[in-house]
Amino acid sequence: MNKTSNKFRHLVWPLVSLALLLLFNAIFTDNFFKIEIKKSDSAQEAVQTPVVKDELPAAAGEASEAAEAAVQAGEGAVQAAAQEAEAQAPAEQAAEQAPAKSDKGVSIFGYYLYGTPIDILNQGAKVMVLAIGMTLVIATGGIDISVGAVMAIAGAIAALLISLLDAGSCPGAGMGPNLYWIIPVAAALILSTLAGFWNGMLVAGFGIQPMVATLVLMVAGRGVAQLITDGQIITFDNPGLVFLCNGHALFLPFSVWIVVTMYVVAGLLTRKTAFGLFIESVGNNERASRYAGIEARRIKWLTYVICGFCAGVAGLLAASNIKCADSNNAGLYLELDAILATVIGGTSMAGGRFFLSGSLVGAILIQTLTTTMYMKNVSPAIVAVPKAMVVIIVCLLQSPVFRAKVLAIFASKAAKGGVQ
Amino acid sequence: MDLLQTKGIEKQFLGVKALKGVDFAVKAGEIHALMGENGAGKSTLIKIITGVYPASAGTVYFNGKECKFRSPLDAEHAGISTVYQEVNLLPDLSVAENICIGREPRTKLGFIDKKERKVQARKALARLDIDINVGENLSSYSIAIQQLVAIARALDVDCKLLILDEPTSSLDENEVKELFKVMKKLREEGMAIIFITHFLDQVYEVSDRITILRDGQLVGSYEAKDLPRIEMVAKMIGKTPEQINEMQAGIVKNTKFGDVVFEAKDIGCTGVISPLDVNVRSGEQLGLAGLLGSGRSEVAQIIFGVDPHDSGTMKMSGQDVNFNRPQKAVKAKVALIAEDRKVTGIIPDLTIRENIMLALQASNGIWKTLSPKQQEEMAEKYIKLLRIKTPSGEQLIKHLSGGNQQKVLIARWLATNPKLLILDEPTRGIDVGAKAEIEALTQQLCGEGMAVIFISSELEEVVRDCDRVIVLRDRKKVGEVAGEEISLKNVMKLIAG
Repeated sequence: MNKTSNKFRHLVWPLVSLALLLLFNAIFTDNFFKIEIKKSDSAQEAVQTPVVKDELPAAAGEASEAAEAAVQAGEGAVQAAAQEAEAQAPAEQAAEQAPAKSDKGVSIFGYYLYGTPIDILNQGAKVMVLAIGMTLVIATGGIDISVGAVMAIAGAIAALLISLLDAGSCPGAGMGPNLYWIIPVAAALILSTLAGFWNGMLVAGFGIQPMVATLVLMVAGRGVAQLITDGQIITFDNPGLVFLCNGHALFLPFSVWIVVTMYVVAGLLTRKTAFGLFIESVGNNERASRYAGIEARRIKWLTYVICGFCAGVAGLLAASNIKCADSNNAGLYLELDAILATVIGGTSMAGGRFFLSGSLVGAILIQTLTTTMYMKNVSPAIVAVPKAMVVIIVCLLQSPVFRAKVLAIFASKAAKGGVQ
Repeated sequence: MDLLQTKGIEKQFLGVKALKGVDFAVKAGEIHALMGENGAGKSTLIKIITGVYPASAGTVYFNGKECKFRSPLDAEHAGISTVYQEVNLLPDLSVAENICIGREPRTKLGFIDKKERKVQARKALARLDIDINVGENLSSYSIAIQQLVAIARALDVDCKLLILDEPTSSLDENEVKELFKVMKKLREEGMAIIFITHFLDQVYEVSDRITILRDGQLVGSYEAKDLPRIEMVAKMIGKTPEQINEMQAGIVKNTKFGDVVFEAKDIGCTGVISPLDVNVRSGEQLGLAGLLGSGRSEVAQIIFGVDPHDSGTMKMSGQDVNFNRPQKAVKAKVALIAEDRKVTGIIPDLTIRENIMLALQASNGIWKTLSPKQQEEMAEKYIKLLRIKTPSGEQLIKHLSGGNQQKVLIARWLATNPKLLILDEPTRGIDVGAKAEIEALTQQLCGEGMAVIFISSELEEVVRDCDRVIVLRDRKKVGEVAGEEISLKNVMKLIAG
């Protein structure tokens, strides 16, 4: 019994925090837990924000942000999202259409669940996916701050290729729009994996400090993405690509199944092989690991490659979500969310022991927090502040030293009370 | 009057009682040796005295007052300074910065007075008769100098009680003498010194009194002159002197040698070690002797592929090999238990089980994973075989004492079933009992046909255990003795040149 409780100890505080947050919502947010079963063919037409952007290129960035916010808020919060978007006419339109679900109602079984909790999972998918790679990288004692930029690259290459395919000016167009979306997806994943390979080369191959090494791509990556899209925001409506973040399968958003698959695969890869042990060993004492015969550099390199791949998947989800590739805003600051999710989940920034399940809970916690803010009409401009406060509290709760100190205060008070 | 006194100190770690009510007292102006096997509780007691850990029960009196130090700094302010076995200084700062850190002299404007700092540092070092450039980075000096700098730093504060935890383990003979001179001088100044060491000769050389701990309990405190050496050892390991004699006689030296397992020709690296030949047969124990810095560890590192070589060839069981990475050596069934356990050995946050399985798993690769059952069986087997003191294999290795950590590392490499085992200072910082166990074990392994390369700064050990000894001086091989010729005198003669 002791053994199992140790195994899940790192999950306790993130789960408690998540439960408190959900409790807050259950009390103060109407219909937070209302989940409906919808039928696919009742779906309305897809969100048309891309068109809006084409008309207003100058405001496109803002619009895409607002639209995303609106989508994030989900049906339960249409009102909130609408208020928030009031100032921006195009975004208001987006907000109204936010509930409008996926592309032409693609869904297996014809039914799907709908509601805020489901939406949190769908919108949090990006960070959840990023957190997998980030957890492994951090466990080796490294960090990858380029994932947001790599997301932009992945989205850019996918959007570029799909637009070329749509125009028929790319080999493979013959497969038809229902099949050829595989090409941009594959290209995006390959390119992002290469980006990870590059990071790994700088860190493990040349021994550059991880923060500095990945800073290169963090800064240059968005430039690369701009280069790919020629500075334009490329929109698309390919059903396959749009399905990734807007479609449903087996009652849930398809993105949730992507997350589930990736966590299962990552879990098997790290815990059913010796990969996880080697990562923890290298992160904890790299030199001793080398002396034990572990290819420390190769292990580190591999984690960056995986991190790049995860960023690619997240980039595709981000692009799919808003049906366009916006090199400036796609995945902006998401590396920070991914790092936070990892830390909240109990993995130490110093490297060593890592907890994928913890990172998953951390990512869900962060998304729940963000969604709560949007539903409570917190302006996007200041949303970072309350978010930061909650994150600090969770991190403090995770720290054994802090808990011991708080307990000591209570203990001494109790003792005093007893004397009196 | 006792300067320091502890009453009924108890300490409980995750399921293990490290100290069970220890009474201990030190007088001003004495050198007091604290003795005990690994895991006896010496370090824990010191850490409680200096405020690293809180005690689970009991009290510490210092200068007649009850004290509860909350941190080592707290204790330092009260006048208790500690120098640990591992040098706890900052390698990338200068010697002067290290000595004055936390108490830098200030100019009138409140800036750090760099000139005065150097003066103070030089003064502190002069007390130990050391004259070095205090502006150089600490890391540019040998471990021995670094150790002395650490002591100088400890003395620099207004210190009444100096605790030296294994200060001599990385010092050569002359340096040890220097240190003892300093210790005796400090004693005359009225300072109390607690001295922890595993070198029994040293205990008698400087100590006035000896306190012995065993299994977290106080065995007793004795005047050094009233306690014969064999009796002290007996008290430390809880056996009678007769039993110890039997134990030492019980080590059977293997004399059956087989084919050459490992052969290196002209192997060397410019600036690190001049080319030399090394070969070792199955069942043979080859010693590498020489002073600290003579290149003996470097030979081991090159053979194992940790450090590169730029000349020479290697053969393993007659086949050409090139160990340029440790992975290759491990796959070819070579094992190295390296010198610095903390840096190159243990993975502190992993469990004992994981630490044991690590090398075997590394040679298996990522995919050929040992099943949980195999892992547990392996851990259990070696915990029993090597008598590792732990409640279970799921304990983190960092919670073990030094000697038990060393045993886990030996287990790690035995699990790979090596053909060639290289032991670099395996007995450093380890008590008599464990030493005898390790010596017996290597002989037993030789008997089973393993080839062993043994490196130790304790020449008695080398002479006693090895079948052949290569002597190194100034990063060069200066001679080789074998069989009957191996004697302390011959080896010393070669070392001295």
